[in-house]
Amino acid sequence: MSNSAKAEAVLALHRFGMGPRPGSIAAIGSDPRGALIAELDRPLMLNAAASLPTSAKAFRTVADANARRTARAKQAQQQRAKKPQMASAGTGDQAAASPQGYAQEKDAAEMAAKQAADAVPDPGRPIYLQEAKLRTEAALAAEIGFAERLVWFWSNHFCISANKIQSMSGAYEREAVRANALGRFVDLLQAVEGHPAMLFYLDNLESMGANSIAGINRNRGLNENIAREIMELHTLGVRTGYTQDDVISFANVMTGWTLVPPGADPQHGGEFTFNPRLHEPGGQNVLGKRYEQEDVEQGRAVLRDLAAHPAAATHVATKLARHFVADEPSPALVEQMTTTFRDTDGDLKQVAIAMVSSDDAWRAPPAKLKRPSEWVVGMVRATGITQVDPVLYTGGQQLLGEPLWRPSAPKGYPDDEASWIDGVGRRLDVANNFAERISGMADPQVIIEDVFASEIAAEVKQAVGRAESRQQALALLFMSADFQRR
Amino acid sequence: MGVVHHLPTRRELLAGSGALFAWSQMPRIARAEGRDPRLLVIVLRGALDGLGAVAPVGDPDWISLRGDRALVLDGKPPALPLDAFFALNPAMPNLHRLYKGGKAAIVHAVATPYRERSHFDGQDVLESGFTRPGATASGWLNRALLAMEGGGRVDPRGSRALGIGSVTPLVVRGSAPVMTWVPQRLLPASEDTQSRLLDLYQHTDPKLATVLQARMKLASLMGAPGSGEAMSDDPTLAPPGIARVRAYFTEAAGTAARYLAKPDGPRVGAMGFVGWDTHIAEGAASGQLYNLLGALDGAFAAIESNMGEAWGETVVAVVTEFGRTARINGTQGTDHGTGTVAFLIGGGLAGGRVIADWPGLKPAQLFEDRDLKPTTDLRAVLKGLLRDHLRVEEKVLAELVFPGSADVRPMGGLVG
Repeated sequence: MSNSAKAEAVLALHRFGMGPRPGSIAAIGSDPRGALIAELDRPLMLNAAASLPTSAKAFRTVADANARRTARAKQAQQQRAKKPQMASAGTGDQAAASPQGYAQEKDAAEMAAKQAADAVPDPGRPIYLQEAKLRTEAALAAEIGFAERLVWFWSNHFCISANKIQSMSGAYEREAVRANALGRFVDLLQAVEGHPAMLFYLDNLESMGANSIAGINRNRGLNENIAREIMELHTLGVRTGYTQDDVISFANVMTGWTLVPPGADPQHGGEFTFNPRLHEPGGQNVLGKRYEQEDVEQGRAVLRDLAAHPAAATHVATKLARHFVADEPSPALVEQMTTTFRDTDGDLKQVAIAMVSSDDAWRAPPAKLKRPSEWVVGMVRATGITQVDPVLYTGGQQLLGEPLWRPSAPKGYPDDEASWIDGVGRRLDVANNFAERISGMADPQVIIEDVFASEIAAEVKQAVGRAESRQQALALLFMSADFQRR
Repeated sequence: MGVVHHLPTRRELLAGSGALFAWSQMPRIARAEGRDPRLLVIVLRGALDGLGAVAPVGDPDWISLRGDRALVLDGKPPALPLDAFFALNPAMPNLHRLYKGGKAAIVHAVATPYRERSHFDGQDVLESGFTRPGATASGWLNRALLAMEGGGRVDPRGSRALGIGSVTPLVVRGSAPVMTWVPQRLLPASEDTQSRLLDLYQHTDPKLATVLQARMKLASLMGAPGSGEAMSDDPTLAPPGIARVRAYFTEAAGTAARYLAKPDGPRVGAMGFVGWDTHIAEGAASGQLYNLLGALDGAFAAIESNMGEAWGETVVAVVTEFGRTARINGTQGTDHGTGTVAFLIGGGLAGGRVIADWPGLKPAQLFEDRDLKPTTDLRAVLKGLLRDHLRVEEKVLAELVFPGSADVRPMGGLVG
């Protein structure tokens, strides 16, 4: 293998993949670009996922547990109410009536209820951890990991948060994102926006039209969240011309998109359903077009048009190029990807192929700071390890500010250097800890060969060579700019 | 040592040589006046419902606007009276106490110049200090520090900023050096490993070198290499219950206060708290918003006690990107709105009052018939603090810190 072929293989693995594993540079060295494209033809299904619950099943399991928790908490609170009021006896009625006294009483009752409820274990967390393990091991097993990186990208673009829906977060990614990440954008969009996890996350379950049956009866109404985020974040991008009226109309269109209540139906609880009783009747104007469709078809029609909107092509192409290539990708690269998106009706595989086929995607200097998730999985791959302890792994992600499936806002995790560079000090703690645990089995000199084929700064080789211990050498290697940037 | 562009200077090597040195760290202007002011900015991300935090209980339209979700003086629990018109959310007894003691003020019906409804753009305007989003990659607090350096009014070391959290808030990002601190649980790498890594970065990647150097400097301020305070709660990763949120707010704010209180520590800091986007089941009197405000109130207490003697020279400004709709939405929450509140606390404050040019709550008085109408420009408040507390010149505030804000006069009399 020539030096330049080696260098391109190293770049392919770091920039577009999950990072080199032992042997992977040699495996793709003859044609790195071809190898990236070939990986897109391998199926993205996770065989091991057969053992995991569907999102609806996971949701029902958690709902069952919650029902038991609530019952126990109620019971404990009732028992407590029968006892004499110990807390207020010492302080007098006056104090008990004050805000502080009231708060003390409330705290004590809440504590008793909480203890009783906590006796019922939460099934959401073990499901989350199994999902995390499966997903991470898929990233470790992939030869290059380009297709997996695309799944990660789309999962972040259409993020939900496990803080709100822990049990469904992994299944959501499998069912809605993974199944469509190399298909057409419109299908991906329909799948994510119609998924119960997204409808839950963006507060659409109880949103109802003011003139719907339920809205009239219950004097409640609309929630704009999902409509706004679909336009601002998922499709068109911010400041692309839609108005507050468009948001409201689109929110009306989306009323009725909800899920089957988990307690109501042991077979289908937690699955998507369209509830006509919540749906705002009649036509709506969105972005200057009239939608007269009935029920769920109205929303599907708006989503189709949003997916086909020119702004969506630009938005998606820009984000992809920014994620993979550079914080400020070359306009030519973005243009090429945008054109491919439009010419192929949003065929995401073709857009990915257009990206890696462009010389611009390879010419950008390796200045992109890896996100914590990429950096961590790259570190593990470099050692040849293929299995992870999900508690440790997700804990590490949390420490680095990118906890799995837990972004703090619907925008997802950012992709630019400024957002992550201050966490680099924190990476040292994780690298040091990881290096300590593997220092008995990993040889830093071997890793330099495996991961960089010696295409690494002389200063790093020197620092690794002069380290006081194997642990320190590994920590320095993983913390080097060569390893953190791509 | 190799090429060091940014941080360790001769003065830094002298660090720890005692009180005389600490004295020289103080802002020069402050030294002349016998002052050493501190400013901490807390950004509440997600848009705080100002009406759910500070209720206009004296407004005749208040109850009809919020119905049984309205905070009231005879509610359960009762709202805490501030004056004849406003009452505070009952989750905030510390703030109430500070207010009664003249050490807290509330600005109501306030907003940045941003009038749209995107969190991300709203935060960008709030933190950049520009009138439109995406205009710059630096924050107004960082530029205020630079301006002070340029004018020679403040010692460059004392003017370094502190950012709390794994993502440094934009408000302190910029050319003036920023130290960051993130809550920590792992054993740190040895000092030797850090030094070697720093040396490696200095030869290969100056940006990474700067970051690592800031961390090492911050660690030395705390007395132990690489260590912050360990979090006391169990490091499980279950969804954060309110106890964990409380612990995090308290730890983060309390640590910021300890750094700012140090004689040779930074003088300004910024941090963000997430979770204020209450679209559904907002729960002002008991629930999500109540819990978050309670956690924020706990953070105020931690700041007050950890500031020690420096509390008397401290101002904390708590701001958010915009408010929420005046009416409750269809799912017992509120959507993105405009006018909101800002909290100001600190021993340096001339408080004990709600500052508001009240716009009223009748439909015609609302902004776009949806939101509390903003009548006070948040920049006026911030400019007032920067001018009177940190002594940044008004001209600089209008041109560099908040560009294009010459017609927004700094609010006077905020600090004592």
